[in-house]
Formats: sequence, structure tokens, C-alpha cells
Amino acid sequence: MDTYSEKDIVDICLLAGRIMLKSGAETHRVEDTMIRIAKAMGITDSQSYVTPTGILFSVAPTSNSYFSRISERSTDLHKVDLVNSVSRQLADKMVTAESARRELNQIEKASYAYPLWLQVIVAAFVSGCFTIMFDGSWYDFIPALIAGGVGFFAMNYFNRFIEIRFFSEFLASMFIGILAITFVWLQWGVEIDKIIIGSVMPLVPGLLITNAVRDLMVGHLVAGLSKGAEAFLTAFAIGAGIAVVLSFL
Amino acid sequence: MFAQLITSFIAAAGFGVLFNAPRRSLLHCGWIGMLGWILYYWLSAYQEVDEVPATLAAAFLVGVLSQHCARVFKTPIIIFDVSGIIPLVPGGLAYDAMRNFVENDYNAALQLAAKAFLISGAIAIGLVFSEVVNQLIRRRLRKPSQSIK
Repeated sequence: MDTYSEKDIVDICLLAGRIMLKSGAETHRVEDTMIRIAKAMGITDSQSYVTPTGILFSVAPTSNSYFSRISERSTDLHKVDLVNSVSRQLADKMVTAESARRELNQIEKASYAYPLWLQVIVAAFVSGCFTIMFDGSWYDFIPALIAGGVGFFAMNYFNRFIEIRFFSEFLASMFIGILAITFVWLQWGVEIDKIIIGSVMPLVPGLLITNAVRDLMVGHLVAGLSKGAEAFLTAFAIGAGIAVVLSFL
Repeated sequence: MFAQLITSFIAAAGFGVLFNAPRRSLLHCGWIGMLGWILYYWLSAYQEVDEVPATLAAAFLVGVLSQHCARVFKTPIIIFDVSGIIPLVPGGLAYDAMRNFVENDYNAALQLAAKAFLISGAIAIGLVFSEVVNQLIRRRLRKPSQSIK
């Protein structure tokens, strides 16, 4: 097996870690993947320390550390999956480091997201379905469908020009509350509660909650707690948006 | 019950789309979400089990199924368990609690909030249990292969 320069190894490991962390992987999975890749390239005692906002990596306990700051986080499980399979192939020596690096660069640049219109439609149907799942009546299906779709679109739309993500979630849930009340007032829907609960579901920070639990479980206390805090803030923003609307009833 | 089956499948698979899961695993997400939710619904609505243990059982099932799928399809487990866990998240209770807070009924609000908190804990414990079971099984599977070597 040919040997790689430290720079190559660090490059590939940091790149893989960065993509995974940006796309919403658990921090322990990111650490694990980086160490596995390093091992596949012949480094046995690499060190990595990952928090939700940054990655530290060094090829040996006493050598230089490299740092990568993560400021933007989104949810893109497809990229997590792709990086995971690249690291598997590297570990099985099915690809060379050079082609792995090319592939990772491609993954970072590419966008695998479903188009926004499809996401909005899906969010709408998810909202409608949740209304039924929480024992709502079929009369509330269409109102929840519309409110959920509008809410999800509003969150994405405001996200573009509001730097603070919690505020766009707040505004989106306000929209949902206003729509739900309007529908019931127009007598298109029956129960405000069921419509609101259903349509808020696409905004609920489910990925953050599961990530926080997973990270806490394997002993990543810092990451688990900070993700838990993020999830709580998101939930609080949604709740506050609804509460503002309800208090004007 | 039939409506619950269909809607929970669509909801779970839909969450797969929102989280941008790979296309080939969307159906698995749907199945896992559906089975978890049906277990919860069946326990809480038909067997009159309290919501907390029902959530625990459903989260455990989702965890086990996700571990299995992750191993079979060689995919990170997070892709599968997120869409299965989301229906169990006590959104409705949290909303009710919030509503009572807004209406200044703090007693009812605190009760509901405590319940929502317990259910979140049940989800976490369900996931932990499934992880433990997974590790036990994996250890048992690994032992014979090592002795062969």
C-alpha cells in the first residue's frame, strides 16, 4: 500500500467530516467516520473531536491539529449516506484516496435536495396525515393540508433573508395559527387544536431530538446538550408563534 | 385503524422527503414509521396502556427496526429512525401545555408539560434499549465467527 502525505489525509478526513456535520449527522458518527478514513489511509492513532459547530482533527496525539468551523447546518441525510458509503469503500480499499477525494468534493458541491415545490407539497400532506393520526376528523384534513404547506413554505422563504433561524420558525407558526383560526372561523374546519398540531409537525425538530439522544447515549455530552438546547429553542419558537396568535383570540 | 395505517405511512415517508433521505430508503422510512405508530396507537387506544409505556414500546420497536435496516442496507441508522420517531414526539401535548400557559391556567399547563417531558424521556429510553439489544445481538453473532478464525 502506498503511503499518503499528512496533508492528503487531513484534507480528506476534514472534508468528509465537514460534509457530514453540515448535513445533520450525529457527532459521534462524524468522529467515527473520520477515524475510520484515517485508519484506511494508514494512520492508526488519529484524534478527532467534533462539536456541532466545529471539527478538530490531528493525525497523532502530538502532531499539529487542524480545525474546521461549521457555521451553517441543514438537514440532508442523502449526503450523510453518500459520505458513509465513500468511507466504507475507502476502508475496504475499493477506491484510491485520490478518487475518494474527488468524490467527496463532488458531494460537497452537489445539491441532492428535492425541489422546494415538492417539499412544500409533501409537508402539506404530512400535516394533513398528522391531523388524522391525532384523531382529527376528515373535515380538518384540507385545512391542515393548506396551513401546513403555507407554514413550511413560509419557514423556507423567511430563512433566506432572516439570519436568525428561530425567528423564521416563529413567523411560520404564527402563519399556521392565523390560518387555522381563519379556517375555523369560515367554518371550513372543525377543531383549531387538531389543525394546528397537524400543520406544526413539519417544523418540529425531530432530527435534532433523535441526534441529541443518540449523542448523549454514547457519551458525547457537549454535543448532546447543545443539540438538545437547539431543539428546545426551535420547539419554543414554534410554541411562541402559536401562543401569540392564540392570545389574541 | 385503516386510516391510521395509511396516514402514518404517508407521514413517515413524507418526513423522509423533508429530511432529504435517499430515494431508495423512503419506503423503508414509511414502513418503520407506520409500524411504530400502529404499535403506539394500538396500545394506547385499544389496550388502554398509558401513553408513556406505549411510547416506550413504540420507540423501542422503531429503534430495533432501524438498527436492522441500517445493517441490511449499510446506511446510517439516523435515516431510518428519525421518520419513525417523529410521530411519537409529544407535539400535541406540548401544544396543549403551551395553550394552557397562554390562557393563564398554570396548573393544567404544568401537568401537561410534565407529561410531555415524561414521554420525551420514554422515547430516549426506548432508543437506548434498542441500542442495548442491538449490541447484545451483535456480540453474540461475533463470537462464533471469531472462534472459527
